[in-house]
Amino acid sequence: MKKDIILAGVGGQGILSIAAVIGMAAVESGLYLKQAEVHGMSQRGGAVQSHLRISDSPIASDLIPEGSCDMILSVEPMEALRYLPFLAKDGWVVTSTKTFENIEDYPAEDELFEQIRLIENHVLIDANAIARELGSQKISNMVMLGAASMHLGLGTEYLEGAMNTLFGRKGEEVVALNIKALMAGKEGIRI
Amino acid sequence: MKEFVLLGDEAIGQGALDAGLSGVYAYPGTPSTEITEFIQKSKEAIERNVHAQWSANEKTAMEAGLGMSYAGKRAMVCMKHVGLNVAADAFINAGMTGVNGGLVVVVADDPSMHSSQNEQDSRFYGKFAMIPVLEPATQQEAYEMTRYGFDLSEKFALPVMLRITTRLAHSRSAVERSELRSENEVKLPADLKQFILLPAPARKKYKLLLSIQDKLEQESITSGLNRTEAGEDHSKGIIACGLSYNYYQEVAANAGLNYPVLKISQYPVPAELLNEFVKGVDQVVVLEEGAPMLEESLTGILENNYQIGGRLNGLLPRDGELDPLNVKKAMGIESEPARLIPDVVKNRPPALCKGCGHIDMYNALGEALDSYGPGRVFSDIGCYTLGALPPYNAINSCVDMGASITMAKGASDAGLRPAVAVIGDSTFTHSGMTGLLDAVVEQTPLTIIISDNSTTGMTGGQQSHATNRLFDICRGIGVEEEHLRQMNPLRKHHEENMVMVADELAYEGVSVIIAQRECIQTASRSLRKEKSAKS
Repeated sequence: MKKDIILAGVGGQGILSIAAVIGMAAVESGLYLKQAEVHGMSQRGGAVQSHLRISDSPIASDLIPEGSCDMILSVEPMEALRYLPFLAKDGWVVTSTKTFENIEDYPAEDELFEQIRLIENHVLIDANAIARELGSQKISNMVMLGAASMHLGLGTEYLEGAMNTLFGRKGEEVVALNIKALMAGKEGIRI
Repeated sequence: MKEFVLLGDEAIGQGALDAGLSGVYAYPGTPSTEITEFIQKSKEAIERNVHAQWSANEKTAMEAGLGMSYAGKRAMVCMKHVGLNVAADAFINAGMTGVNGGLVVVVADDPSMHSSQNEQDSRFYGKFAMIPVLEPATQQEAYEMTRYGFDLSEKFALPVMLRITTRLAHSRSAVERSELRSENEVKLPADLKQFILLPAPARKKYKLLLSIQDKLEQESITSGLNRTEAGEDHSKGIIACGLSYNYYQEVAANAGLNYPVLKISQYPVPAELLNEFVKGVDQVVVLEEGAPMLEESLTGILENNYQIGGRLNGLLPRDGELDPLNVKKAMGIESEPARLIPDVVKNRPPALCKGCGHIDMYNALGEALDSYGPGRVFSDIGCYTLGALPPYNAINSCVDMGASITMAKGASDAGLRPAVAVIGDSTFTHSGMTGLLDAVVEQTPLTIIISDNSTTGMTGGQQSHATNRLFDICRGIGVEEEHLRQMNPLRKHHEENMVMVADELAYEGVSVIIAQRECIQTASRSLRKEKSAKS
């Protein structure tokens, strides 16, 4: 088992919280993990990504080789496209439809969705709407994680366990809400 | 033993704590910041009272670390690569004095300049100081080599450099801890003159340093950190330094390569090791992150004329990080064309946060400067450097920590009026104060804006030494009271702020305007903390 995942978004959108859940779930499942993050200047509203690699055998490179990424999981549609050179032929793009427009020449939504639809394996999901229905915009990232979970090769129980560990000190309610978001994301793409 | 998932930086922090660290000294700088932050947050470190407060700059950090070593305890000093330029005086001379308690200097280089002004390779500094340099490839190695670094430092009574790069600093993996070692007790150096570098003793110390170089090279063999892996295909021999070893492993596993490999993680690298390795291979390929340092030296080291491939002959790019793709190309393996990034994808550079005080400061400055024309604003290193980008286009320089004030002074001396410096609060106490003194002594016509967000913002909001001290510092240095002004950088105060700047631009002497408003990131963070404390 080996999964190479690129997490994409804009600095401040919290992709590292998705990475933390996947990472912890992977380690708890007894898998090897490498996860390269972006810290520093780009975190100020710039494009950010994280290379997340999980495998049942030791992992050499902290970076995913070009053309071999199993999934791009993005919380922003334009950012989903930025890392396409890394995507394997049969790789998946799972992205939120919610745009983050902090640059003047941000493209038209339709153009972005058109490009995403050109990728054979893609999931476009309105994670913010689902999160809103559940009562909090803050959990849209966990909706995205849910939408991507079937491609992770990790048991849902491990993802839930990781949420328990990571969000536990914020209280049971927060954990329950995050797990609800995970499930909703998982269900959301079946529709 | 239990495994912990740690960033490379965090693995170094944990490694140092477990090796009996008594103090870490550092100034924040990407990608090194998380080493010290890890120690600051570590329960064990707090219980043990390990020193972990930030220093004013890398030089004060290096000197304090050396002082702790003088007193017999283990100290670690952490910085980004350009920080070593600031600390260089102390760093190089620490090679001359040697150490008492173990001293490890961690330098995090930033090839590809993700968050830096250049991509200088710190291994050159290690060579320059003639001290051992360790270069781990993995988080586990980072953990272990930190401990070994302290051992090595105490064995040879020399500081040891641990050199990492961005990808290791900011990548997580599982790390297994080893047993905890107790800290050293306070113990004076056996020779109380060890740290006196007057010319006569310094000459002796230098001869001593020269005389142990052979031993350091031998140690680079016996430690096992430079190891040869046999391979069946002798058409190439791969010398892989530090992190580049990972990329070679990745490429070799995917493409079924089986070349002999010499993994380098400790310097100085003895010539005999290199000569032994290249025997029987047709071509040598050198993979190193940063500058072609080892590659350059090979022509003088290898006994026969080998074909050497690397960054110098174009086999690998001369600049930027290595990655699995450029290492694969260097191995002569073709890749299928990758997918393209669609044209619809636009650049998204970092930007000042919405509501940031730096924006209001730049708006006031911009309008006040309108009548003078462009090209007069010298700036510095920090979030406010983003004022260089549209829509602000507000600054004309960003060179090194503190250079805003001194460059503006030089330009003013040349006759450029008005000359303006924009510097952050933390950068000002890092390296701006001495430049201000130069200007005050000469009453140089100069307008300095200290954009004070009361934190070290760009690196994530570390404590700033300047907080609540700026007025006293400026007064103490000799800035005239009537030209030491305070601005509240909010949109609603724009008019009065603009007038204040315009007034000071017209003054033929030193003006300092302190534009004080807390960073909105740290402000909202403390608000959240308060809220959660209440609930």
